[in-house]
Amino acid sequence: MSSYNLTHLAQLEHEAIFVLREVAAQFERPALLFSGGKDSIVMARLAQKAFAPAKLPFPLVHVDTGHNFSEAIEYRDWFAEDVGARLIVRYVADSIKAGRCQEEKGPNPSRNGLQTVTLLDTIEEFKFDACLGGARRDEEKARAKERFFSHRDEFGQWDPKNQRPELWNLFNGRKNQGEHFRVFPLSNWTEMDVWQYIAREKLKIPSIYFSHQRRIVNRNGVLLAESPYITLLDGERYEERTVRYRTVGDSTCTGAVESPASTMAEIIQEVASARVTERGTRADDKRSESAMEDRKKAGYF
Amino acid sequence: MTAYTASPSEHTDEHYLAMDLLRFTTAGSVDDGKSTLIGRLLYDSKAIFEDTLENLERVTEQRGEETLNLALLTDGLRAEREQGITIDVAYRYFATPKRKFIIADTPGHIQYTRNMVTGASTANLAIILIDARKGVIEQTCRHSFIASLIGIPHVVVAVNKMDLVDFSEARFQEIVAQYSEFASRLNIPDIKFIPISALHGDNVVENSARTPWYKGGSLLYTLETVYIGSDLNHIDPRFSIQTVIRPNNDAHHDFRGFAGRVAGGVFKPGDDIISLPSGLPAVIKSIHGPEGELAEAFAPMSVAITLDREIDSSRGDLFAKPHNQPAVTQDVEAMVCWFAPAKLNPSGKYILRHATRETKCAIKAVRYKVNINTLHKNTEDLTIGMNDIGRIHVRTAVPLMIDPYKRNRTTGSFILIDEFTNETVGAGMILWPDGSERSPAEQFADMGGL
Ligand SMILES: Nc1nc2c(ncn2[C@@H]2O[C@H](COP(=O)(O)OP(=O)(O)OP(=O)(O)O)[C@@H](O)[C@H]2O)c(=O)[nH]1
Ligand SMILES: [Mg+2]
Repeated sequence: MSSYNLTHLAQLEHEAIFVLREVAAQFERPALLFSGGKDSIVMARLAQKAFAPAKLPFPLVHVDTGHNFSEAIEYRDWFAEDVGARLIVRYVADSIKAGRCQEEKGPNPSRNGLQTVTLLDTIEEFKFDACLGGARRDEEKARAKERFFSHRDEFGQWDPKNQRPELWNLFNGRKNQGEHFRVFPLSNWTEMDVWQYIAREKLKIPSIYFSHQRRIVNRNGVLLAESPYITLLDGERYEERTVRYRTVGDSTCTGAVESPASTMAEIIQEVASARVTERGTRADDKRSESAMEDRKKAGYF
Repeated sequence: MTAYTASPSEHTDEHYLAMDLLRFTTAGSVDDGKSTLIGRLLYDSKAIFEDTLENLERVTEQRGEETLNLALLTDGLRAEREQGITIDVAYRYFATPKRKFIIADTPGHIQYTRNMVTGASTANLAIILIDARKGVIEQTCRHSFIASLIGIPHVVVAVNKMDLVDFSEARFQEIVAQYSEFASRLNIPDIKFIPISALHGDNVVENSARTPWYKGGSLLYTLETVYIGSDLNHIDPRFSIQTVIRPNNDAHHDFRGFAGRVAGGVFKPGDDIISLPSGLPAVIKSIHGPEGELAEAFAPMSVAITLDREIDSSRGDLFAKPHNQPAVTQDVEAMVCWFAPAKLNPSGKYILRHATRETKCAIKAVRYKVNINTLHKNTEDLTIGMNDIGRIHVRTAVPLMIDPYKRNRTTGSFILIDEFTNETVGAGMILWPDGSERSPAEQFADMGGL
């Protein structure tokens, strides 16, 4: 007799697939936001499973800041090709050229905030009514407040003080003209769950997640990779270190961690004994106490 | 190519995967110390990352507070920090060597009851906090009643701020008696009481020397050892179709998979099923799960089912077995919890979402409103306003395939949506048809149980 038990990883998997299918069923023009980072890789894998043996019923969308790690971009293109998905890329540089937003000033101008403009324009261009994101509640305190189905008004804004109640697994995706939803199938996953799943599924991931040699500069405790977009300040210099990335965002605001972990088993070991959060390496979150909340209110991922 | 050469090893942590999961929620009135307790629990079990802790120390200092403000761990929104209250549920994830936990820290303020219900709707256990100075108050009752309606099987009543009543055993016992009296009218099978101080950590992770008279376990011990029986139904086969998968390619030309999540019972290839509401029969040909073809599927698995013949079934329809079917009806009797500032319109029309089906519905009757403090059924005042709970009868435009909520949470629950604002305005828990022959009118007459 079977005991009808599922491991918690399997429970998370079944839950995410349920959410992905609700999106396909409730919306006319969904899209899956795909950056080539570990969370979007897991989400895309779950989407493949949700609709197998059919192809993904939505395109992959990437907002390219121009400051992305080349490994993640290469991976993104390979992945879209491999799963036979349509890939839509829109560039922050084009938004800047069109005068929709302005480049930041300073020693490491970040295009992180500017992505919101390009993202909202892309949503408008394709009339997307739901965007699937790989954000997890365990990442950050504002994200800890997110619903699975998160409503955005006609300006793309999140209103955290006035979210719709979300009962059981009944997701209300109804909306008015011009509004859209962000949907987060990985809401209940932790960083560890994501790594366990990558290991279980033997997923390929960009090489920057594994230990490698890289020239970096230590700026306020964030280890930034050498890049043409960073200007060294007085007293700063690049040094070669053995590093890997726990999270992959823009090279101008995502810090590396010093790490010898070069296999999946070693990464899982490292995550298990980590003393700082994964977003502790993100300079974009360090800008202010409510940096993430403010960006999310404006329409960020 | 170097971008994706790394090949993950076989390694998965067996222990980690085998750990079981407890989902719990906090409840209780505003300022009773829910967020402080969650912060304390995480802090004392060393589940807070260094950078989060440094941040907490910095913010506490900026606010001019003397002791570490542990509530800030879950009160992450700017508006919450300004006002020192919780507005919306925060989810936190942590694990001890014994268990994995998903915590929903919910607001106590009556204005945000809808968010408390959101957090409670997926919990197996509720920690209901009571301020030892205040004892049981209306919000304690409301949240306890909601927990009972939602069917949360375990409640831990944490009598908090014991430091402010000199860790008095007499005061603790007084509150135990007060709460027990109230709870005797509820449907909560397992209630435990723990005297705590969330602020100072007494009986949160370690047993406190300041309550030598308390012989039970600490809160964490209780959370780690409470028996997690599944609230899933493995008896009555129910499968609501979310979407139909049609690959339209040569390799899978004839594939037609009904995708959905098993809501109850067990389905196997070769089983006779019946598609509702049409009543068309078929036999299961194959079941496809995330890891390939399956010999059986049970709740809460997401699968795709193929049948031996072409039948007309689509989103919103439900597969059951010929000998075990839900009620197929347009008349639903339910308890409703109301969230909207605008009162429930007793002759109004709403959109009702049940399982994967969405339909228009009309409110046919409001039977009674529950008095939250006494749990009496008020049949005089039938206005259901924000945060009220009452019993209603709804008629839907198309048939629903329903079970009583007590039997199946998925086929026994629904939400009501405002047609114009698209807001979720109410949550419903189905009472009838409950398999008995008595009509709602007859049941209502004797007011038998909620
Ligand atoms: N003396 C004392 N004060 C406490 C204790 N627990 C919490 N408090 C204080 O009570 C106040 C409210 O605490 P919170 O944790 O924010 O209360 P809450 O229940 O989360 O409030 P809401 O989420 O807004 O409903 C804070 O000032 C806490 O420091 C305790 O055990 N003893
Ligand atoms: Mg709180």
